[in-house]
Amino acid sequence: MSLLEVAGLTKHFGGVVANREVSFSVAPGELVGVIGPNGAGKSTLFDLITGFQRPDAGVVRLDGHDVTRRRPDEISRRGVARTFQKLRPFAGMTALENVMVGAFQKTADVAEAREVARRALASVGLGERADAHAQGLSTGQRKRLELARALATSPRLLLLDEVTGGVDQATIPGLVRLVRELHAGGLALVVIEHNMRVIMEISQRIVALQLGQVIADAPPAEIVRDRRVIDAYLGESWR
Amino acid sequence: MSRTRLAVGLVLLAAAVLFPALVTLPYPRDVLIRIFLFATLAQAWNILAGYCGQISLGHAIFFGTGAYAAGMFVAKDIASPWVAMVVGAVIAVALSQVIGAPVFRLRGHYFAIATIAVGEIVHILAVNWELIGAARGLYIPIKRPDSLVNFQFHQSKAVYYYIVLGLLLLGLGVTRLIERSRLGYYFRAVREEQDAAASLGVAVARTKRMAFAISAALTAMCGTFYAQYVLFIDPESVLPLSLSILICLVAVLGGVGTLWGPLIGAAVLIPLGEATRIYVGGTGKALDLVIYGALIMVVSVAQPAGLVGIARRLRRAA
Repeated sequence: MSLLEVAGLTKHFGGVVANREVSFSVAPGELVGVIGPNGAGKSTLFDLITGFQRPDAGVVRLDGHDVTRRRPDEISRRGVARTFQKLRPFAGMTALENVMVGAFQKTADVAEAREVARRALASVGLGERADAHAQGLSTGQRKRLELARALATSPRLLLLDEVTGGVDQATIPGLVRLVRELHAGGLALVVIEHNMRVIMEISQRIVALQLGQVIADAPPAEIVRDRRVIDAYLGESWR
Repeated sequence: MSRTRLAVGLVLLAAAVLFPALVTLPYPRDVLIRIFLFATLAQAWNILAGYCGQISLGHAIFFGTGAYAAGMFVAKDIASPWVAMVVGAVIAVALSQVIGAPVFRLRGHYFAIATIAVGEIVHILAVNWELIGAARGLYIPIKRPDSLVNFQFHQSKAVYYYIVLGLLLLGLGVTRLIERSRLGYYFRAVREEQDAAASLGVAVARTKRMAFAISAALTAMCGTFYAQYVLFIDPESVLPLSLSILICLVAVLGGVGTLWGPLIGAAVLIPLGEATRIYVGGTGKALDLVIYGALIMVVSVAQPAGLVGIARRLRRAA
């Protein structure tokens, strides 16, 4: 059975169609990339899956259970974690405290949450910065912080909205390695990414969106040969 | 907690406990009682606004609820004011949930403005509600002898002092507990970024309602104390917008989202209010309010973290 199944998901904002009949699924432990030009509806898709937006039509299923109109916190407690395209750290809290909020999902014990948070911070390479305030961290560090925060909830499925967006070139390999490690550890991931080299490298399958519609859903090797994807997004240089 | 801090805390607590034995004049005792009362009110507000980030400018509603619960219970001879304190707190919690359901749909400034509106509605209702004395207010009948059961002390203010000190310690204790628990982390997460909090499994609406309930209950208990202390309540004294704003100012001056901010704010603002009223209040030019307002402006512009923020900065500089 699929871990995540999205069927016929449609969302309008006034006259704009953000998602139209979007369907795809993610198996346990799978890493699926989502690509598409700006405005293709990638982040809206994440919002629909995680309950931040309500679809006009369609269904979201987790382990076969309909979670379409569940609140974001309920979906999180069902094992789906996410990061945001626009970073949203708890600015007035330390890195450790940020991650503890995630860890509290599984325990009410402060000492235990602190321990889980320390491990999560160490796993993303931020162990040294545990006591720094989130607002004092660089963009790359904040990305890692959000990742640690999401991981601290012990998710089964992680939705990453632009892993490498806005970070300097030197930081990218580390982030990519991190995603690979998470995947190797058995976590299922859906990753939105504009850096084609990265997404082609890490994904087992890629879903391509254009104007809110799925135009391709295939392994990277096929995606780069798909005429519609090339025309809509990749350009000829990828052939 | 470091040893120095613990020592300072114990000395201050001992001084607070011994104060009525050392100072028997009613006026200084009254000032201390008001400081503690407003420190507790500001602490209650701080739990919702400072920690959870929901700025309420309608907290007088809950103060009035506690005050009127006492007024009605004693005037109609229903039960002891202590029972009224509990009932008032329960009603305040219920009210906070009814108000919170629609108002928490709003964020930021819109939430604050909505609480002003709700506060004014309750104020106007009370002014016109005959059962609770309408605009005339309620006299709380004098009960003799002075006793804890009657919650009235006409010979000395000392017992009032200890009761309000107890309320203050309750407020500080509850805040400390929250700070150190999962709930405290959730409050701050909701304050900082509620969508991110929700994505981590925090039930945002429930968390806000929880903060509102705790805050309302504590505020109502202060209202009951006030009614028993002053023995006269009317909508103008326990339900006005100015009271809601004063509660907020005390916390803002001291430092929102901090344990000691409300007490420090009250310790500065209440005596300052008294001093300006005594020395320049009679000029007819409202000079006392001007000084008062100027101070608030200086603090909010120079150091939005309040006096606690200034103290922290000085300590870092030292």
